[in-house]
Amino acid sequence: MQGRGRAVCMGTDIDTDVVIAGRYLRTKDHSIWVAHVFEDLDPSLASRLNGTVIVAGKNFGCGSSREQAAIAIREAGVIAVIAPSFGRIFFRNAINIGLPLIECDITCSEGIPVTFDLTSGWVETGGMKYPSRPLSVRMQEILAAGGLVNYWRTHG
Amino acid sequence: MSTLSERILRGMAGEYVDRKVDHAYVHDGTGVLTLEAWKNMGARGISDTAHLHVFFDHIVPANNSTTATLQHELRDFACRSFFRFSDIGGGICHQLMSEGVVLPNEIVIGADSHSCTLGAFGAFATGVGATDMAAIWMTGETWFRVPESTGIHLAGNLVGAAEAKDLALSYVSKLGMDGASYQALEFVGEGAATIPMDDRLTLCNLAVETGAKAGMFYADEMTLHYLAAAGYAAQVQEPEPCSYKQELDFDLSDIVPVIAVPPRVDTVKPVSDLAGLPVDQVFVGTCTNGRYSDLARFARIVKGRKVVVRTIVVPASRVVLQKAINTGVLMDLVEAGCSIGTPGCGPCLGSHMGVISDGEVCLSTANRNFRNRMGVGGEIYLSSVSTAAASALEGEITEPEVS
Ligand code: SF4
Repeated sequence: MQGRGRAVCMGTDIDTDVVIAGRYLRTKDHSIWVAHVFEDLDPSLASRLNGTVIVAGKNFGCGSSREQAAIAIREAGVIAVIAPSFGRIFFRNAINIGLPLIECDITCSEGIPVTFDLTSGWVETGGMKYPSRPLSVRMQEILAAGGLVNYWRTHG
Repeated sequence: MSTLSERILRGMAGEYVDRKVDHAYVHDGTGVLTLEAWKNMGARGISDTAHLHVFFDHIVPANNSTTATLQHELRDFACRSFFRFSDIGGGICHQLMSEGVVLPNEIVIGADSHSCTLGAFGAFATGVGATDMAAIWMTGETWFRVPESTGIHLAGNLVGAAEAKDLALSYVSKLGMDGASYQALEFVGEGAATIPMDDRLTLCNLAVETGAKAGMFYADEMTLHYLAAAGYAAQVQEPEPCSYKQELDFDLSDIVPVIAVPPRVDTVKPVSDLAGLPVDQVFVGTCTNGRYSDLARFARIVKGRKVVVRTIVVPASRVVLQKAINTGVLMDLVEAGCSIGTPGCGPCLGSHMGVISDGEVCLSTANRNFRNRMGVGGEIYLSSVSTAAASALEGEITEPEVS
């Protein structure tokens, strides 16, 4: 499974409250989460995320277990998130809703292309190729289906 | 040379693996959501490889019609689908899984964060959300990221009035609430061998309060002995030299009675620092400290005397309650003025029975003291059973006596 997008660089310890603030959670309307994703970090970010790969520092997605954080990022059009490490619950949530996460410590340059392969495990950007951990077969199938619920709707 | 998690999950730390699950369980809270997710996935059958369990423990007996309706649907489903089902009064999910169900080397998944309790048997046990659990119902398997491990080396013996709970709060305070995120805690060293099974469960129970996904003991003679009583033969797990991401050392003889001060589990102080603080309610129970040995220890301290604040004792399971009846522990508790609840979580999660009011203080043997957990504006201090008993007799936080 391969993917490609433009890099958006972010810092370390981005918690899920920063991804989508608590004040926007009391709805099932995904478009509200997409409109306000990362608002407390940079209000202009939401409209620029389509087709990007987020490259962040360590511990991305730490904090609250809200699944809306992963949904908001995916539905804003983000192709994947790359970080040296992720919050544990965010990690499971993201895979289960179909957002690829790649554990990899890379140098980020804003706007330049990032290519990745989840099956053999590498990330390429700025002329450098970095090894990453390959995902398990089941994890790749879940991502390909767009998440765990869809996966089981169509498989089995 | 592997950690216990690496051995059980058959992968190196950091690797992603797909594995079959031996036991999967939900309770009346998370089971409702799991059932919903399972239906959304197309309700396409139930795994025939994993043992599936449904336990009613969180709000039992049902407190209102909404709860009753939700429980009705899940109960009906569980009975029709040949899940192992334990209705109200059976006990807390983690406790029931510890009563001769989980074996060393098994992979155990609960839809509850304190599922890490079962690592006491040398199993890999962790919690997941409802969507993950629904997929396990269907397939009997799930994916894992094999965790790195933190080694907690124990030496010596507990002395004086210190209990395993004091050690548990001490390691949580040392690691902090995210000090072992995504890792497994391994309790090793000669001190670990001296710790009884009930106390191992208490120590593993608190692992999640450091952000860990599992807390584990290697199965030893003590484990085998416990499981033999339940009719199982198991093998000892010998620790191998392995690389830990971080290591902590505790000399058990240095552990003193401590209390976690609200609203954080990792804000831990010696009981002596808080002595004299008035308490409105004492609660003894939960998946942390509601086992028979806990009730018996509490009873030994209050026997023949009277508690001076309202004191709620909730056995962790029916088996615990039966034993407390047979040995006279229950009578001692009732005569001392304690109020006894239906086996289950009791007031732990603040949704019924034993809710505290704004400004009230509860001294609890549970594992979480988050703001408003047991009632809006109330404060929860966490302690060992002995500290809770000494304090119930005085109406204020009191250091336990050395028995
Ligand atoms: S006793 Fe408390 S911590 Fe344990 S499972 Fe029940 S609600 Fe959760």
